[in-house]
Amino acid sequence: MFKTLQRYGGIYAALWRNSVIREMGFKSNFILWIFVEMLWFVMQIGFIAVIYQHTDRIATWTKWEVVLLVGISHLVQQLFTAFFFTNLTQLSDLIRTGKLDFMLLLPVNSRFLVSFRQVDLGGFVNAASAFAVILYSIRQLHVVPGLVQWFTFPIFAIAAVVIHYSLMLILASTSFFTVRAQGIVWGYYNLFNISRLPDAVFRGFFKVFFTFAIPMLLVANVPAKLLLQRLSSPREAFFLFIMAAGCLVLSEFVWRYSLKHYTSASS
Amino acid sequence: MKKYWHVINIGIQNTLVYRVNFLFRASFGLIPLIATIYLWRSVYASKTGDSSVAGYSLAGMISYYVLITIVDAFTAVNEDDWQIAADIKDGNINQFLLKPIDYLWYRLCLFFAGRAIYVVAAAIPVGLFVYFQREYFVLPPDRLTGLLFVASTIMTALLQFFMSYMMAMLAFWVLEVSTFIFILFAFEYIAGGHLFPLDILPPTLALLLKFTPFPYQLFFPVSIYLGRSTGSERWQGLLIQFTWLVIFYALARAVWNRGIRRYTAVGG
Repeated sequence: MFKTLQRYGGIYAALWRNSVIREMGFKSNFILWIFVEMLWFVMQIGFIAVIYQHTDRIATWTKWEVVLLVGISHLVQQLFTAFFFTNLTQLSDLIRTGKLDFMLLLPVNSRFLVSFRQVDLGGFVNAASAFAVILYSIRQLHVVPGLVQWFTFPIFAIAAVVIHYSLMLILASTSFFTVRAQGIVWGYYNLFNISRLPDAVFRGFFKVFFTFAIPMLLVANVPAKLLLQRLSSPREAFFLFIMAAGCLVLSEFVWRYSLKHYTSASS
Repeated sequence: MKKYWHVINIGIQNTLVYRVNFLFRASFGLIPLIATIYLWRSVYASKTGDSSVAGYSLAGMISYYVLITIVDAFTAVNEDDWQIAADIKDGNINQFLLKPIDYLWYRLCLFFAGRAIYVVAAAIPVGLFVYFQREYFVLPPDRLTGLLFVASTIMTALLQFFMSYMMAMLAFWVLEVSTFIFILFAFEYIAGGHLFPLDILPPTLALLLKFTPFPYQLFFPVSIYLGRSTGSERWQGLLIQFTWLVIFYALARAVWNRGIRRYTAVGG
């Protein structure tokens, strides 16, 4: 067990090194991508600012609470981007070009390799800027999250990243069955959009669906409520972890099923 | 002229391959839209006293988003810029330098073909969406408004295309154009009226935006349709839109001419 961990740790370190070298090869591109992400982030906050010009509450949420929520949503999304996003979007290319065959032959767990192949360093820079926004909005709100909240927050964030990762892997796996899956993968960007809205806004089917089928309304809302000390009952936190575990298990099933039905594209 | 009809024909056949992709795209695109409508509903619900946002009633606000979705389906550029950039990078444009066909018109034909197929594929999800929101779907107040809306929408499509074409031309100079495309898209998204109607912005900001090309990429035709832009303001807007269209057409041509001079036909 320990030996396996050590071996995979070694592989991952090598993949990190590769990623750093690759990023440094295109420095201006690296900086431009960070700029693009910041621009989108600023615009999301701008949208919130525009809405609060015309109202002082969205459901029960005040302006800085929503800014906090947008910040957390961005933080989770950027951590997900840093570790997984590019790897998963490239899956359809790997299949189409037949490079996946080569990866399947390597004496490493194929899911591990597909998921962790590259690290997007810009994601960490953007996550830091998201964290700055989180801290600033907490100052504006005059709420003081205690030690317990600050220590549990990273665990909540990890659960949220796991949800994004598992859902995206499931979506990306469809490229085993259709040739052009970019549209589906692109669609995931639209799901990110929901995660930064207060859950109190939604009702009925939409709310149930995006809580228990595609838990977008949990990934940022639950961590936000944790910091705001508004988790009315442990139930919501429980949902977050249950859904994270559920998505992870489901994604493993989908992944195995897809691989079993994979019949190499080229050659 | 006949050869371009063939291009459209081929374009339609090629894009038909992506029909499922388009269907997914259009369906996924509705999710944030529905979320935004929920968001506005709750904003209106918690408003006391004055129940309008900068002159928009809740019904008006929802109609706005319904129309944005429809105009967007007809006019948005989604793959064309990437394809053009790839054509340049991979050397596929070599053949166009030899053939008696103009690359800009060729791409424009493909853009129209792509849009035609997209509209057909998107008709199912967007149609359902409009059906569920049908109480908010209003017809334009009079015939002239309807006509001007159509004219403005066509200009919107052309403007979107020329701007994207110009951005894609950057591939002559840089290896990776995707960052630039995303930066332009970000501006288009917020300053074009995708996220919210631009006339709920503070007046000075809204006025400043009027002179940038962004509102004419989406917001303007919708504002004509909803009667938010009337009288001389409407004609003025159309004039500005037309001016931007001419400017970007000229820029697209100019950038191509400069680019082709330093083009070294890699690959091919």
